Amino acid sequence: MEKLKGLKCRECGRAYRAAPVHVCEFCFGPLEVDYHYDALKEMVTRETIAAGPPSMWRYRALLPVDGDIAVGHHVGFTPLVAARNLAQELGVREVWVKNDSVCHPTWSFKDRVVAVALAKAKEFGFDTVACASTGNLANSVAAHAAEASLKSYIFIPADLEPGKVLATLVYNPTLVKVEGTYDEVNRLCSEIADKYRWAFVNVNFRPYYSEGSKSYGYEIVEQLGWRTPDHIVVPCAGGSLITKIWKAIKEFKMLGLIDRVTARIHAAQALGCGPIVTMIKNDTDVLVPVRPNTIAKSLAIGNPADGYYAYKTTKESGGSGEHATDAEIVEGMLLLARTEGIFTETAGGVTVAATRKLIESGAIGKRDSVVICITGNGLKTPDALYARLETHVQIRPSLSAFDRALADLKSQAVREGQG
Amino acid sequence: MARMRVRLTFPPERIQEPIIYHLVKDFDIITNIRRADVKRDHGWVALEMEADEAKLEQGIAWLKGKGVTVDPIEHDVIVP
Repeated sequence: MEKLKGLKCRECGRAYRAAPVHVCEFCFGPLEVDYHYDALKEMVTRETIAAGPPSMWRYRALLPVDGDIAVGHHVGFTPLVAARNLAQELGVREVWVKNDSVCHPTWSFKDRVVAVALAKAKEFGFDTVACASTGNLANSVAAHAAEASLKSYIFIPADLEPGKVLATLVYNPTLVKVEGTYDEVNRLCSEIADKYRWAFVNVNFRPYYSEGSKSYGYEIVEQLGWRTPDHIVVPCAGGSLITKIWKAIKEFKMLGLIDRVTARIHAAQALGCGPIVTMIKNDTDVLVPVRPNTIAKSLAIGNPADGYYAYKTTKESGGSGEHATDAEIVEGMLLLARTEGIFTETAGGVTVAATRKLIESGAIGKRDSVVICITGNGLKTPDALYARLETHVQIRPSLSAFDRALADLKSQAVREGQG
Repeated sequence: MARMRVRLTFPPERIQEPIIYHLVKDFDIITNIRRADVKRDHGWVALEMEADEAKLEQGIAWLKGKGVTVDPIEHDVIVP
């Protein structure tokens, strides 16, 4: 039996054959990939997974791809770091950092979703892929399109800073700057996706694209030794990652790969763009769109498509959510760097800061285990830190000058220690 | 004729107004509600609209002027 059943509407349940479509024609609900889980039970064991490559494709049986993998061979299977120093600092027994800041090839978890979307685009016979993005997604689509020899169109707002597009332009896509307000650009991209039969990764390929995020959840469980932690703290933008991590865990349980699910899933967002966490805190399933105003640009989605499902994930798993202010985000980035030597982008600062607050509020207990999801690299957002970091010492090129500076540093450390 | 799939989000002060009626009557737009959730203080409607492109644009501009958020059915297409 084939593993892939097709697509299913998340709202009305109507079934569709596997095709590059994303909206239910009847109720306009979002479509999701559906599998023959009975067939998967026969195919997937811990051993078959462990025998796979050290990449996200070790879970390929659980991803919506067929045939040979055409693109993104080395994506995923990023380190799950035992963060002992951070655990001590946060005052909690066990902390792990799932570190997608070193995901190959463009240093964010977006490589997982894009690899699946483009593999599927090749399967369907598309020769052109596209996305509308201001950051990580654009980087990843352009890079993977280059690898797969696909034409790519990347749409960006015309006023985006030149520095933001360098890591996309280098892969030689067709970059289209669109003039207008954010809403106008957003609507135009939806219309372009509707008119041109391209593989628009986060529009008509969204059901496949979003499934790539499940690999992040599978890896957490396998790398922990086939168990779930007590808590997982997930940064939320569109709300897809958090729902897919939860789906991954539920699938492992359904397939008998783990005995029980202990994880409570918590959402982390910036205070300047936190509509999902606001839903959780107000305990309402109504999402009120916001205008983003935060340094966490990679989480700045004011009207998240999966906001409702993200809220439901936290409810269903017994989790919660926390906001982080811009100052707390910077402190979170610095804390992770100082304690574990991991330089994350602002989104990671949000997650670390939210975790600290969840521990302080008691939502995460001191004796519990927690996985912090780090989804992007700090070298992409250095602007957030310029004002906070300074060189400690500047000297003339002489040994005596250095001796004096070192003595000053030591006495300063003693004074600070006494203070 | 142009066709558009949108999600309208209504602020509390517009919940009791016949907004979609005016889209039909004043802008000659054919509307088709596919899904909706209207509560006491908030509401959204997943709506199909069909009309001449100019009429559609006028209708959308009027909605925005009323404080109604008009998004593609996919919500935010631009992703960071």
